[in-house]
Amino acid sequence: MPRHPEIKRVLIIGSGPIVIGQGCEFDYSGTQACKALREEGISVVLLNSNPATIMTDPQTADRTYIEPITPRFLELVLAREKQRGTPIDSILPTLGGQTALNCAMAAVEQGLLEKYGVRLIGADYTTIHRAEDRTAFKETVLAAGLEVPRSGVAHSIADAEAIIRDIGLPCVIRPAFTLGGSGGGHARTREEFDYLVRSGLDASRNHEILVEESVYGWKEFELELMRDRRDNVVVICAIENLDPMGVHTGDSITVAPAQTLTDREYQQMRDAAITVMRAIGVETGGSNVQFAVHPKTGRLVAIEMNPRVSRSSALASKATGFPIAKIAAKLAIGYTLDEITNDITRETPACFEPTIDYCVVKMPRWTFEKFPESDQTLTTQMKSVGEAMAIGRSFAEAFQKCIRSMEIKRNGLGLDQQDRWLDDHEQQQAARTADPGLRGWRHGEAPHDWKESAADHWPIDEAIIHDKLSNPSQGRPYYIRYAFKLGWSIDRVNELTQIDRWFLAQIKRIVDFEDRLLRSGMDDPELESVYHEALKLGYSFAQLARAWRCSRSQIHALAEKFQGHCYKAVDTCAAEFEAYTPYFYSTHETPYLLNGTRQVDNEAFVPDKPAVMIIGGGPNRIGQGIEFDYCCVHAVQAVRAAGLTAVMINSNPETVSTDYDTSDMLFFEPLVLEDVLNVCRQVRPNLRGVVVQFGGQTPLNLARSLAEAGLPILGTTPAAIHLAEDRASFQKIMDQLGLVQPPSAIAHTVEEAVQAASRIGYPVLVRPSYVLGGRAMEICNQEADLRRYMHTALGASDLDAQPTILIDQFLQDAIEVDVDAVADYGVVPGHLHCAICGVMEHIEEAGIHSGDSACALPPYTLSPAIIDEIKRQTRLLAEALQVCGLMNVQFAIKGRRVYVLEVNPRASRTVPFVSKATGVPWAKVAMEIMLGEPLAKILARYDYEPDRPTSHVSVKEVVFPFEKFPGVDVVLGPEMRSTGEVMGIDRNFALAFAKAQIAAHQPLPTSGTVYLSVNDGDKAFILPIARQLSDLGFQLVATHGTHHRLCAAGLTCDLVARISDNPDNNAVTLLQNHKLQLLINTATVTGRFTDEGRIRSAAVRYRVPLITTMTEAQAAVQAITALHKGQLVVRALQDYLE
Amino acid sequence: MDSPVICKLALEDGSVFSGQLFGAPGTSCGEVVFNTAMTGYQEVLTDPSYLGQIVTMTYPLMGNYGINPEDIESSKLHLAGFIVRELPPQHSNFRATQPLERYLANHGITALQGVDTRAITRRLRVHGALRGVLSSEILDDAILLQKARELPLMSGLNLASRVAGQAQRDWPTHLSGSHYRIVALDCGIKYNILRQLNELGCSVIAMSGLSSAEEILHTEPDGILIGNGPGDPTAVDQSIAAIQQLIGRVPIFGICLGHQLLGCALGAKIYKLKFGHHGANHPVKNLVTGRVEITSQNHGFAVDADSLADCGAVATHINLNDQSLEGFAHRKHLLFGVQYHPEAAPGPHDASYLFKQFLNMIAYRQPYCQLTLDS
Repeated sequence: MPRHPEIKRVLIIGSGPIVIGQGCEFDYSGTQACKALREEGISVVLLNSNPATIMTDPQTADRTYIEPITPRFLELVLAREKQRGTPIDSILPTLGGQTALNCAMAAVEQGLLEKYGVRLIGADYTTIHRAEDRTAFKETVLAAGLEVPRSGVAHSIADAEAIIRDIGLPCVIRPAFTLGGSGGGHARTREEFDYLVRSGLDASRNHEILVEESVYGWKEFELELMRDRRDNVVVICAIENLDPMGVHTGDSITVAPAQTLTDREYQQMRDAAITVMRAIGVETGGSNVQFAVHPKTGRLVAIEMNPRVSRSSALASKATGFPIAKIAAKLAIGYTLDEITNDITRETPACFEPTIDYCVVKMPRWTFEKFPESDQTLTTQMKSVGEAMAIGRSFAEAFQKCIRSMEIKRNGLGLDQQDRWLDDHEQQQAARTADPGLRGWRHGEAPHDWKESAADHWPIDEAIIHDKLSNPSQGRPYYIRYAFKLGWSIDRVNELTQIDRWFLAQIKRIVDFEDRLLRSGMDDPELESVYHEALKLGYSFAQLARAWRCSRSQIHALAEKFQGHCYKAVDTCAAEFEAYTPYFYSTHETPYLLNGTRQVDNEAFVPDKPAVMIIGGGPNRIGQGIEFDYCCVHAVQAVRAAGLTAVMINSNPETVSTDYDTSDMLFFEPLVLEDVLNVCRQVRPNLRGVVVQFGGQTPLNLARSLAEAGLPILGTTPAAIHLAEDRASFQKIMDQLGLVQPPSAIAHTVEEAVQAASRIGYPVLVRPSYVLGGRAMEICNQEADLRRYMHTALGASDLDAQPTILIDQFLQDAIEVDVDAVADYGVVPGHLHCAICGVMEHIEEAGIHSGDSACALPPYTLSPAIIDEIKRQTRLLAEALQVCGLMNVQFAIKGRRVYVLEVNPRASRTVPFVSKATGVPWAKVAMEIMLGEPLAKILARYDYEPDRPTSHVSVKEVVFPFEKFPGVDVVLGPEMRSTGEVMGIDRNFALAFAKAQIAAHQPLPTSGTVYLSVNDGDKAFILPIARQLSDLGFQLVATHGTHHRLCAAGLTCDLVARISDNPDNNAVTLLQNHKLQLLINTATVTGRFTDEGRIRSAAVRYRVPLITTMTEAQAAVQAITALHKGQLVVRALQDYLE
Repeated sequence: MDSPVICKLALEDGSVFSGQLFGAPGTSCGEVVFNTAMTGYQEVLTDPSYLGQIVTMTYPLMGNYGINPEDIESSKLHLAGFIVRELPPQHSNFRATQPLERYLANHGITALQGVDTRAITRRLRVHGALRGVLSSEILDDAILLQKARELPLMSGLNLASRVAGQAQRDWPTHLSGSHYRIVALDCGIKYNILRQLNELGCSVIAMSGLSSAEEILHTEPDGILIGNGPGDPTAVDQSIAAIQQLIGRVPIFGICLGHQLLGCALGAKIYKLKFGHHGANHPVKNLVTGRVEITSQNHGFAVDADSLADCGAVATHINLNDQSLEGFAHRKHLLFGVQYHPEAAPGPHDASYLFKQFLNMIAYRQPYCQLTLDS
């Protein structure tokens, strides 16, 4: 069946900013869809507010609208395209996650489809409704003859009470229409029930929750399916969750394929999944259906389905090699599965079920350290911000590789630098042998992370292990290991964790083998078989070196001797057919003999054209996200365009960089030194160089070791990178250049810190060296704060790895500026050309982490003279640091003084934003420089003139995950906590800012009541803001001090009582009753138990825009004024860049 | 922990894989094939079609859910040997009653673990099915290789007669109102074919695949199902002769070897596939409806589609991976066959509609294609 001829112009809706529950997997799926449709000759119009995406590159779609994803803007896009004479005929809403689906649903409800003559493709309104509405889903599934957990739907607390009388506790609360299950949870007690019912009703778009029989502890499975319009259905992948029901799939360790089902049970589940998909009526595309299976009876119940491409589909695609999003797009325009070819085999059709001959493990990555006040128990509400995936030929191998991939400084399950058991074991041995050399032995790979190593020592109290096993939280696998070390049985661990015995036995096998490893050593007569078994269980060289107390080079010599390391292809067909897509994973196999010679079946090849290897960023976490993957993908594109072999190595399944056709060779590997070196060895016979500056901190941490291993690093040298990070040497450069930094010092002890701070003057900014995203960074206003900080920092560490604490003077009320630049040191000898990509003025003042600040490009308040000075300093720095590629500089402007805060000679988080704002793909430019092209020539090619005035302003705004961490105080600080970003573009700053706020789900009100409460320092600034708001027709309410100030200035303003003074009428109750439309609150005190903290977290809960800085309040007033003046209009990126 | 016993696999191409023994110690010889199904090892082990073959499973983790008393496809294990990448330390499933290794040991099957099964598979893909020897007794590579090269070739071997049911046996009927009496010819038939017919209300008489036409007709069947089985169909002369006499007299449905035997009886040509189809994910297109079904397959021989026309038959199903013939029907006579396994076990249930079509053929007495278009 060929495609529908009447589909000519399709609008694809993206998923907007990265938030918990909606990561960069939708950039991957959206980008695939754009490519798939355009290769069919269909024009693609794109709506997505997230600039850090490959899909919003102006080349990916025909028309790219970086605008908020709301029905209103959707309509503006439809209208504008119609007016241009290029009307959109179809909307594809199934590739942009829940955001796209919700936006499309609202558009249907508002009659936009009829109004503009467009249709939904991929899924229709009724289908989406049937899948997403709890009642409709349940009824449909029951009618199809399948089982669901017993349940009832509630729209009020009274409804919920009635249901609970029938099904009893424990039960599960699930709100309808939310991302990542926000507002839901498992209620074991009456109190938990009351709380969850309320928060669930609040979180749901239609105030609807499902109260359901608890299937906690049941086995959990997910099936990924595809269906075409001829009703052909295939199952792409079955995923089994290691963490049983009760932990959100996004927070579970998951495994593919399903491990513990017999064929009979698996086929029953497959039949059920197909039945559900047909009954719900997903006509074409991908869906996933989730099931729970009772571990003792095998009772199968359907839990939920997503009538769209999901996070799990991205995982399934990467796990099997089957491009779900691409095929879904083709099916949506009318093709059938048998008409589409499998790109991997090129000969067989896409209408088949992938079969795999390896095991895939995915682990979630959390960043609880950013939210110390939050409840870290894992529930049905997703809390992780990223994930890593690993592939191995055994579960144990994939499991340990996945741990290595997590970027948590672990080399495997145990026997590494964070192993408390091993420390104790060795100390006891040392005591016995009285060998002082052994005490405190450590190998020095990664810097020790003092916040992650809790103070307790082996043996860990059994009560703690008991608690860690029964309450799922981050790090449970390590406690399972400790339990086995204490001799607990598989049955006992199963009883507490409900994790299937199969998985526990696998973990125990890894743990038990440690004894064999520790008994072994270089002189073991059975060394060869121990070595092969260890590697097959996924042990790393680092763990072996640790266990055998030898150097890594010794282990490497063993590897050369015994062999067995190899790469296998991900081919969708278990080697039944030849695969053409070079997608590899490493594994270990016992060599075999062929006509007497030792053979290892290595499927990776040496590239025939010189290879450039790009190291990716690993799992997404706060501070390192999609922006770096965006840069990596551009680097790959530049390498391929230059006719070289682009080799990508990464461990993040959500990304575009790990798509099977992004690079020429893809290695899905942990980004730790030995795995990266192994890939280098594979391509080394024809390796031109390794690129470390695009993947964020992860590859940078490897840079020096790679250089020491003799590998050519392209771009700025690791020595120069280090220079910028090393305080003393950087200070020297600054002095030579005559540039100014805020006064600073280094301290290793409390007293050193106190002395330094009194010399520098309070407030000071303190942080450990070598951190990412402002980890553990704080502002101390006085000596007591500093002492407390230092005690925590030093107390949590140990004596061997004493952290260096950096102390900077904190510049109050300074304007922060981010500059991205490129330079071509070394390309033309003796001449360096540096181009400023963009100067971004932060809207929040210095002191708020740059990753958490909104910013404007071009600057909106800085004078041309200051901007020129900033550019001059940037160029000086580029020259001094011999930058070849990208560089980011952070400045603080106080009065007329320009301070240099930080220089990072690498791609920064803002590169994609700057690229979209300027129309120049800067990451690509940087890669082209590294390949040897002079910058001037490149810029001429892109027709870029540095000081050409632009007709538009771009504003970047960030998005926080606070609604996933209820109760946490949301005030901003030097610790980065945002997960994503959006971009607003318009003709002027005010409108661009207004759009950015809408896109970030904080739309500014144009009328209503504003709550004002600011600290004493800000009281002078609040007056003009309040006056303008009042002039704009807003009613003002304020707390005592602010109220006094406003009234004194003659403004009309109502007083709001403190929560403690009047529990029934205060800011929180006003929020509850939807009486407030905007809050402007600067902090005097912070914390979840303060009045202020409670009000701020209530604003998040009731989704009322909250402004916590004066500078942002000023911007907001400008934006509201602009909104009052005129209508918002949309323009495609292509229009701005013309 | 006992120290593992070494076991080796030698292939005629000169490769020797050394790993650990599980199952019964010994030496076994056969044609080495790979199966790509990720689940269903118990069904594979008990499928008589694997007689004389050493089966390599491509999915590396086998034995995960143990062995249960229900998922068996015949009364014993027929394969010559079993090769897996890794046995789990412990199985887990609510129906399991014993671990895989004990089951294999009890049934005298020699099995090998710890070898690179993907390397084996890739050798089979390149060279085609290879003769091989699996042994925990002979560990001299040269002797093993020589033994492998001396094994007889699969083509021309009449293996079906070795597993053909010996005596007529009535499959218990537990559905009332069953009005069709189906004779199931057993050349190594899988239980699930019988179960499927039974569930559709048929009383099933399983007879030896070597039965004569008279013996079969004597039971007055409403339909005849020729089941699956091992080896080269052209070698099973006795069955082909019987089928030739039955064509046109009783509606016939052939599955796998049964499909090939039907082809032989009509005069179609048979050829050996390079490495066969063994797995549970093969896409088959029904040419009458245009729909695609994901099928379970296990065969090394196939019917030549080009030779059908001269037999009065038409292709009804083709394999979308390699375009090989997957099903045919006679234009006039009430007979059809499929190369794959509509009874699944292991594998998807997409093709179970074929059993209903067989009963419709009996009910409406119309040729297959007519019937499919009407229904």
